[in-house]
Amino acid sequence: MRHVLSVLVENEPGVLSRVVGLFSGRGFNIETLNVGPTLEDGISLMTITTAGDEQIIEQIIKQLRKLVTVVKVVDLTHLQSVEREMVLIKVNAEDERRAEVLRIADIFRCKVVDVSGNDLTLEITGDQGKIRAIVNLLQRFGIKEFARTGTVAMRRSMQME
Amino acid sequence: MERTGAQILLECLRQEGVDSIFGFPGGAVIDIYHHLPDYPSLRHFLVRHEQGAIHAADGYARATGQVGVCLVTSGPGATNTVTGIATAYMDSIPVVIITGQVPTPLIGNDAFQEVDIVGISRPCVKHNYLVKDVKDLAWIVKQAFYLARTGRPGPVLVDLPKDVLQAKTLFEYPESISMRSYNPNLAPNRRQVRKATELLRRSQRPLVYSGGGVISSDAAEELTWLCRNLRIPVTSTLMGLGAFPGDDPLWLGMLGMHGTYAANMAVGHTDLLLAVGARFDDRVTGKISSFAPAAQVVHIDVDPTSIRKNVNVDVPIVADCRLALRGIREELEICPDLPDWNTVHQPWLDQLAEWQRNHPVRYTYADEPIKPQFVVEKIYELTKGEAIITTEVGQNQMWAAQFSRFHRPRTFLTSGGLGTMGYGFPAAIGAQVAFPDRLVIDIAGDGSIQMNIQEMATAVSYNIPVKIVILNNGYLGMVRQWQELFYARNYCATCMHLNPDFVKLAEAYGAAGFRVTKAADVERVLKEAFAVPGPAIVDVVVEPEENVYPMVPAGAALTDMLLV
Ligand SMILES: Cc1ncc(C[n+]2csc(CCOP(=O)(O)OP(=O)(O)O)c2C)c(N)n1
Ligand SMILES: [Mg+2]
Repeated sequence: MRHVLSVLVENEPGVLSRVVGLFSGRGFNIETLNVGPTLEDGISLMTITTAGDEQIIEQIIKQLRKLVTVVKVVDLTHLQSVEREMVLIKVNAEDERRAEVLRIADIFRCKVVDVSGNDLTLEITGDQGKIRAIVNLLQRFGIKEFARTGTVAMRRSMQME
Repeated sequence: MERTGAQILLECLRQEGVDSIFGFPGGAVIDIYHHLPDYPSLRHFLVRHEQGAIHAADGYARATGQVGVCLVTSGPGATNTVTGIATAYMDSIPVVIITGQVPTPLIGNDAFQEVDIVGISRPCVKHNYLVKDVKDLAWIVKQAFYLARTGRPGPVLVDLPKDVLQAKTLFEYPESISMRSYNPNLAPNRRQVRKATELLRRSQRPLVYSGGGVISSDAAEELTWLCRNLRIPVTSTLMGLGAFPGDDPLWLGMLGMHGTYAANMAVGHTDLLLAVGARFDDRVTGKISSFAPAAQVVHIDVDPTSIRKNVNVDVPIVADCRLALRGIREELEICPDLPDWNTVHQPWLDQLAEWQRNHPVRYTYADEPIKPQFVVEKIYELTKGEAIITTEVGQNQMWAAQFSRFHRPRTFLTSGGLGTMGYGFPAAIGAQVAFPDRLVIDIAGDGSIQMNIQEMATAVSYNIPVKIVILNNGYLGMVRQWQELFYARNYCATCMHLNPDFVKLAEAYGAAGFRVTKAADVERVLKEAFAVPGPAIVDVVVEPEENVYPMVPAGAALTDMLLV
């Protein structure tokens, strides 16, 4: 099962390789990884999506907590959370197909962030499902370039049963 | 007064109570060596290879429970310690490794003798640091020692660029440490302790499976109290030997691949396995799905990652072993209606005694060639468990574990997790430095001893009177045993053609050398060697194709043992 982990770390050189090295060294897999500074001095937030059965996820979380530079680990999977990823897609959009691409972009509330004679670059934000859907739809036009940020996620303030 | 980084480092070591440093100099650490004579309480032992330094620091740590210290230069000095760091890491041994590094402006330039030792060692240290500013040095050293010895202990490496060693600042050693990201949980959860106690009360066939954690947390006394009072039989891992007295009737011997018949059968039949400071390693469990099939499992360990890593646990207790065992004791003491342990456990103890009687660890005596097991028995007879025994790796290690008995913690030092050939001799040097008046013996193989034999020069030059007893079978015996049993006797690359003459080798270094070829002479020669005031090698020519039994083939169930 897929899990989204929020990992607060001391922002110091090498912390990323400690985390990544833990995953590769122990044969855990990382699907996406996003890192950035938080508002608190010296602390960064990593959002890691990974997959495995319950026992493996438990090990991953415990092993992460064991790293001296890791301050806190939260598994967002069983909490209500907001999950987003941003993707930039450069898609073929020659004359007669341009309108169709724009229509899809509109339906998905994408932003057009760059235009040329032959292609459009779209910015899409959403969860994994939405991103998969639009990629599916745009594939037949020909996707020229594709860049994604990896998931970022946050626990919702209200946790319903 | 301002001091240089090198002086600050040494001052920190002094304040941490360090008395012995095992090291080897080089360009990047000359500054440290330059000031070392100003700190007479820090005794430095110059080894002959950095692997010797790290294993000696490890042996010192295992024998004393204090943090061992190793000091080496950058580049090759640092990489030479990696095997020893991994050895300490696998067995959770507190050591601090100080490595020199090229000056900070050169880092990343492939400078002379530059390696990224922080990167290289990352997967086999508890933590490591690259010090970039001399102002950070004191608190980093303080943290390094704190991390190394607390929680689940382990090696911590501090990498020191040469310009940091030369830079000056005001020295102040921090009084205390607070780390927001490191707070090992030591006290047991009361509810879990109660659950464990309840299971103990109801069990008919309990078994204690203890490991190295009992020794590192100084829990041997609590463990012994519990087992003796509740009449619970005890087995342990290789790392746990010595935590429970080896002459107690409740002692079953080691379990696992070369465990005793009784211990492995006990695991197969127990209804309550109390695992204390052990980690269910594959050499212990055999086929995991048939491990302790009838048992509920209580697992005490200070490291949460150990719990449920390999087996499911009914009652996990994340805590220091000593505090957890004391918790159980306190719980028992307020329990109103305790069973009569003697009556309840007697059928189980009778069964175990029968297994022990029918299948003790054994071998067939011969005068010539000598049986290696006989040599180990003799060593035990002569030392009565009072010596500190280290081992190399292979058959020698297993026979040392099977045919000696250990009565006290920290008397058996061996590379369990990594299985590092070449560990035993430098580790013995470290232990002997800590305990100059005790008898320290490395039970060695002819293959392993050659991996760090250069340390004989260290032993001789400081008159560290370690005794090496080589069980010389002319083979990489343990590998040969696998080839014999599982690879159609294809002894490829395991015969040690042209071993050196170990007696002459000892003498060349200025140590004493002895050779024995007949069982009848073993006792006399051992006595003679043990009486030598300096280091000595006893080369015992043993049966070349003797095997270690019982043996659980890799991947088989513990109860499927090959017996003699
Ligand atoms: C550094 C290292 N290399 C290889 C091995 C694999 N190995 C395990 S036991 C063994 C044989 C050791 O031979 P010896 O020291 O003569 O001991 P014996 O088994 O003959 O008692 C070897 C090669 C190891 N454990 N460590
Ligand atoms: Mg051998």
